[in-house]
Amino acid sequence: MGMTLSEKILARGAGKSAVRPGDKVWVQVDVLMTHDVCGPPAYAIFQREFGKGARFWDPAKVVVIPDHYIFTEDPHARRNLEELRRMAREQKLPHFYDAFSPRYSGVCHVTLPEKGHVVPGSILIGTDSHTCTSGALGAFATGVGNTDAAFVMGTGKLWLRVPETFRVLLHGRLSPGVMAKDVILRLIGDIGVDGATYCALEFQGEGVASLSIDERMTLCNMAVEAGAKNGIIPVDGLARRYLEERGVDCSLAEASDSNAQYLATREYRLEALVPQVARPHSPAHAVPVTDCEGEPLTTAYIGSCTGGKLEDFVAAAVILRDRKVKLDTYAVPATVAVREAIGRVQVDGKSVEQILKEAGVKLGEPSCAACLGGPEDTFGRLRGKEIAISTTNRNFLGRMGSKEAKIYLASPATVAASAVAGCIADPRPFVDERSWELVAQASRGASLPGVGNPG
Amino acid sequence: MAEKLRGLAFVVGDNVDTDQIIPAQYLVYSLTDPEERKNYGRYALSGLPPELGRFVQEGQWQSRYSVIVAGRNFGCGSSREHAPAALQIAGVKAVVAQSYARIFFRNAVDGGFLLPLETDLPLHERIRTGDAVTIDLDEGVLTHEPSGRSYPLRPIGDVEAIVRAGGLFAYARQLGIIKANP
Repeated sequence: MGMTLSEKILARGAGKSAVRPGDKVWVQVDVLMTHDVCGPPAYAIFQREFGKGARFWDPAKVVVIPDHYIFTEDPHARRNLEELRRMAREQKLPHFYDAFSPRYSGVCHVTLPEKGHVVPGSILIGTDSHTCTSGALGAFATGVGNTDAAFVMGTGKLWLRVPETFRVLLHGRLSPGVMAKDVILRLIGDIGVDGATYCALEFQGEGVASLSIDERMTLCNMAVEAGAKNGIIPVDGLARRYLEERGVDCSLAEASDSNAQYLATREYRLEALVPQVARPHSPAHAVPVTDCEGEPLTTAYIGSCTGGKLEDFVAAAVILRDRKVKLDTYAVPATVAVREAIGRVQVDGKSVEQILKEAGVKLGEPSCAACLGGPEDTFGRLRGKEIAISTTNRNFLGRMGSKEAKIYLASPATVAASAVAGCIADPRPFVDERSWELVAQASRGASLPGVGNPG
Repeated sequence: MAEKLRGLAFVVGDNVDTDQIIPAQYLVYSLTDPEERKNYGRYALSGLPPELGRFVQEGQWQSRYSVIVAGRNFGCGSSREHAPAALQIAGVKAVVAQSYARIFFRNAVDGGFLLPLETDLPLHERIRTGDAVTIDLDEGVLTHEPSGRSYPLRPIGDVEAIVRAGGLFAYARQLGIIKANP
């Protein structure tokens, strides 16, 4: 019997010829990623369990990316950045994207692929639930807590239960104004926030192949919002080019066997999909935008690992060009490389940055910012009874900083259209075949810097 | 593992996420500093909707409730281990839910913070906040004292050895995967 992509990767990591769903295996971890919120407590557990002078199993395989609470005066957050620096110093970590240094990058899940840390066929463990984003490049990538991370720091190993694979087959192509975010919101709406619990969520089909790398990352990013252990997409020609530009070895790239066993399969015709909006307070509350057009809003937010990539801003810019926002609108590029690219990439002769600024959008510094609320002084944090539409991943009660606020989740196109309309709006009337082609063109033409040498 | 565990229940519904268990703004506190970590007890479950009542009373550092009774998908959302840690610091010994989000379950087991027990029944519809409950781990039942009714719990399964050892590190030492003493 054949194996799925995730099963193949875990079998290799466990040193076995085959594994089956439900097997409990010890795997060798290829990359461990941590950030400023979970790095310090994980390191404290590491030192408690392995001793003060203990060394990491392999410092070159640990990637430290502070991103959560950076642009804040909160003294505890500042202290945690210092703790992270101490860890990097004591363990002589070569891959440390320190805050307020020239190497600072921003959101970890966008940094990892950008800087060439995501290797297809590898096992990537991170202290963040959205670590599943990196599955877009054919890695088995999943989030863990501090104890598991501390264990990996000392041993390079982790026990995992081999997940069943839940297959999502995408056919056709998205229409102008419709994005990967709409696909994943619809899927979560259909299967629920625990619809893929413990599963590997694998996306296949020509519909996936039609999506850019940024868009594939959006799909895998929200796998955890359906309860999945990982999201994963097999490497194709486009992914291979992206990886090779960054000097990444693709020799372990795999795909599911034709006779692999799936727990379930769901199919979507992309051309039939309309923009989706997840109503408060669950990502599973997805409805077609046409069901909630005109509903009131106060705030719009474009950012995070889900919706703060270059293509997300280009899509917003296509809609915001020569228009003004009526809502309090915040834009937070995920990384410094995305921030630089929006100053450079043009839509019809104007840079994305210029378009955002002329529209009246407030531009923040690359970081997680208000996606998860954060300290009081966080850029874009919701206060009081605001009603926001956001490109982020979670609209749980209180998620963006205020328990009285309401959050709708949507694609960057829908958020931009809503910011212009002043209420929930369908982005499709704002775009046509020609203008939407600019999104793909701009993203294709803008190979991000940082290529070649993982930092 | 203690054989029997008695306490007052705090009852919540489906899909209680880690932002409700410990809102992200509090994740700045140290989990090791003995004074600072008390904040996790103080703010545990402070993100719940107000109509569920307060889990920790104003000005208190711990909760009077030591058993959480929940519906489906308890602990969904972020991977923050601060969530099971906050519940433990607040005084929680066990959660009894219909199902868990996997990272929360893993964290609870591997960190040895609390017992994530499962039941097939929607006990959150049959038990009220403040009711006394007894959990008999050897028998695998929860007894609701006001009604005298007992409900079966699912076997812990795969991870029982880790739970019995008290967490991942103790388990790995038993297996000889890591050295006996740091």
